[in-house]
Amino acid sequence: MSLPILKFEAVIVGGGGAGLRAALQLSEAGIKTVVLSKVFPTRSHTAAAQGGISAALGNIEDDNWHWHMYDTVKGADWLGDQDAIEFMCRQAVDAVVELEHYGMPFDRLENGKIYQRPFGGHMANFGKQPVRRACCVADRTGHAMLHALYQRNVKANTKFFVEWMALDLIRNENGDVVGVTALEMETGQVYVIQAKAVLFATGGAGRIFQSSTNAFINTGDGVGITLRAGLPVEDIEFWQFHPTGLAGAGVLITEGVRGEGGYLLNANGERFMERYAPTAKDLASRDVVSRAMQIEINEGRGCGPNKDYVLLKLDHLGVEVIDQRLPGIREIALQFLGIDPIKEPIPVVPTCHYMMGGIPTNYKGEVVAPFGANKEEVVKGFYAAGECACASVHGANRLGTNSLLDLVVFGKSAGNSMIKFIREHDLEYKELPKDAGEFSLQRVQKIDASTSGESLAELRHEMQRIMQQHAGVFRTQKVLMDGIEKIEALYARAQNLYIKDKSKVFNTARVEALEFINTIEVALATMICAEARKESRGAQAREDYPERDDANFMCHTLFYRDGRKIIYKDVHVAPLTVDYIPPAKRVY
Amino acid sequence: MNKKMKFSIYRYNPEVDTQPYYQDVEIEVTNLDKKLLNALVKIKEQVDDSIAFRRSCREGVCGSDAININGRNGLACLTDLAKLKEPVVLRPIPGLPVIRDLIVDMTQFFHQYNSIKPYVIDHNQMPSRERLQSPKDREELNGVIECILCACCTTACPSFWWNPDKFLGPAALLHAYRFIADTRDEATAERLDDLNDPYKLFRCHTIMNCADVCPKNLNPTKAIGKIKEFMLSRVI
Repeated sequence: MSLPILKFEAVIVGGGGAGLRAALQLSEAGIKTVVLSKVFPTRSHTAAAQGGISAALGNIEDDNWHWHMYDTVKGADWLGDQDAIEFMCRQAVDAVVELEHYGMPFDRLENGKIYQRPFGGHMANFGKQPVRRACCVADRTGHAMLHALYQRNVKANTKFFVEWMALDLIRNENGDVVGVTALEMETGQVYVIQAKAVLFATGGAGRIFQSSTNAFINTGDGVGITLRAGLPVEDIEFWQFHPTGLAGAGVLITEGVRGEGGYLLNANGERFMERYAPTAKDLASRDVVSRAMQIEINEGRGCGPNKDYVLLKLDHLGVEVIDQRLPGIREIALQFLGIDPIKEPIPVVPTCHYMMGGIPTNYKGEVVAPFGANKEEVVKGFYAAGECACASVHGANRLGTNSLLDLVVFGKSAGNSMIKFIREHDLEYKELPKDAGEFSLQRVQKIDASTSGESLAELRHEMQRIMQQHAGVFRTQKVLMDGIEKIEALYARAQNLYIKDKSKVFNTARVEALEFINTIEVALATMICAEARKESRGAQAREDYPERDDANFMCHTLFYRDGRKIIYKDVHVAPLTVDYIPPAKRVY
Repeated sequence: MNKKMKFSIYRYNPEVDTQPYYQDVEIEVTNLDKKLLNALVKIKEQVDDSIAFRRSCREGVCGSDAININGRNGLACLTDLAKLKEPVVLRPIPGLPVIRDLIVDMTQFFHQYNSIKPYVIDHNQMPSRERLQSPKDREELNGVIECILCACCTTACPSFWWNPDKFLGPAALLHAYRFIADTRDEATAERLDDLNDPYKLFRCHTIMNCADVCPKNLNPTKAIGKIKEFMLSRVI
């Protein structure tokens, strides 16, 4: 059966911050581009980012990108690639200024410049004292940024295929990416989209965990597709647990609360972060704070009837600061817990928030994979940016506000690389393989043809329980080995997945099934890579290997789906222009 | 605190249904199921996976899950189950073509949004740093920029139902005001000219349904009033 074929020079999969920033670059350059998005672009998960975007503007006190770079390297626990980190931090000021020029409504200082707030791990003078570096729009920074980028794309006449889901990459016999297959939800039709360059900006996969700040749509589609296409994913064992997810609901409470002066309390009313991070206290890196909270809870100093959360106190900030700087937080606490933070503290727990790993790229946004002796051969025609990519700037732990920065810096960088690639070759479209689309079609038909099998909802809940229990804040060999066994068993069951709805028009059950097939790939890869990394670094905390092991593990994990193969590649220790920042003990 | 709850859900699948119908569903909700969206997800998981609705962030910031709930537009993820009268009648937001079940075609809504030129227009050479804006000028945008484009307001507006192709509707007008009010935007005159038409703006009869249903507690009627003030001050 032959599928309809569409042709675009550039295809962008994902309409969040990274996809929209790249789209702008391509549209303005006159490249024939389309953005595929599972949801209308302003509904992408970028909208949920709250606290800010980092840039050493120095609007309140001295700051510069070297300090930002140092903080990012240290925050990443020396697993970040220092060339990519230098690239991002050097671009940060221009990136934020550009967003302002796009119309993003930043909060302002009395002198009219962009307001900046303190944030976790943001320090001056190479880690000496906190600095105000997070540029924000109250506690709705991601929402404001996403809307500004979408609005700019309206101006640039960018073409969108809204409510389309990418299914698979199309690679030719050389391994070059020559297109994607995609499902149009409204009709249920599968298309082949031929392209000269394909960018994945598909976001994270936080939905692998039971307790997650992530949206329903964060199902790791780009990572799943990449693994199925025979390419590796990088450092997927590193998951950020945000210290302040709303207890029970999982909804994010921004680190900006602590940036504005809020702090955490245990059941004894003790400000316990003073013990764990004497200098930065509540504004230490997220991995550090999440572990401290988990220890407090594990040792019986949690709050509430089940002693299973800690409290985030902010009433002392006063109603004026809360309403001006943190209005969304107040709204969320009222909505989901019926608690007004101007009077009472908010119950919070470490909650899965961000995927540090992803599709391996260089700082130009080109996807790289081992080929022969070269562990970083460019995969022609394939690009990735944002949370689905691993550049790697976040290494083992991302700093708050570096995610929004990552989106715009690497979205733009990938867009520029695609323009160059398309123009350089002045390329004709490369020929599609004869069976292009066949694989995707079979996958969809298998779901449609099933008459019985494993319930999608049960599989999904089971995966989330396994990940929560076996790949959480603290990990051990035994727990991870059991986790691998359980997730492999579930993976086998998932091959027999069944949904009742067989209709074509906007069949959301089918979309969820296709999403789950991607998500389970991410879950499996996470568990296997976490077991293999026998050290503690950033977000990976192994109780049985409590120290960082630079001799054996200062390297990136590359995981392949076939044979569950793992290989390691070196961290880039050479920045672009400045001196290498050598590993040091990480103290906040 | 487990309890059974009854729902009556609008169903329409153009592949098989000649006309829409209501499906009655009963499920058990617990104290973990605080919001209507929790119940909808549960219904889809446990009762009937063919019920189609949009959802994403589940915290009221993406604007996906606007639904007409017991006759009133709202977001499923911000609607407390405990406050709903049973059976809870769920319908697609009104005034837009239904694609399937609770999913509507929002083309017209976004067409209106695009038509107001929803971006800052400033023809000056951009400075190397940020343009300056006083906190007071920036404050004017509060109560406007929080819009999530869920369409609860526009599809609750009788003027939109009567003139969906000519009246811009509260959401698009709220955004029109957002750019008029932004001191960085230079196109105020052009924007006011565009809106000076018997339908686009002036079909607002201050019925206030928009402000009444907005899940973000915004007030499009007030923004529309401010646009009218701008127009008036220009005439004088």
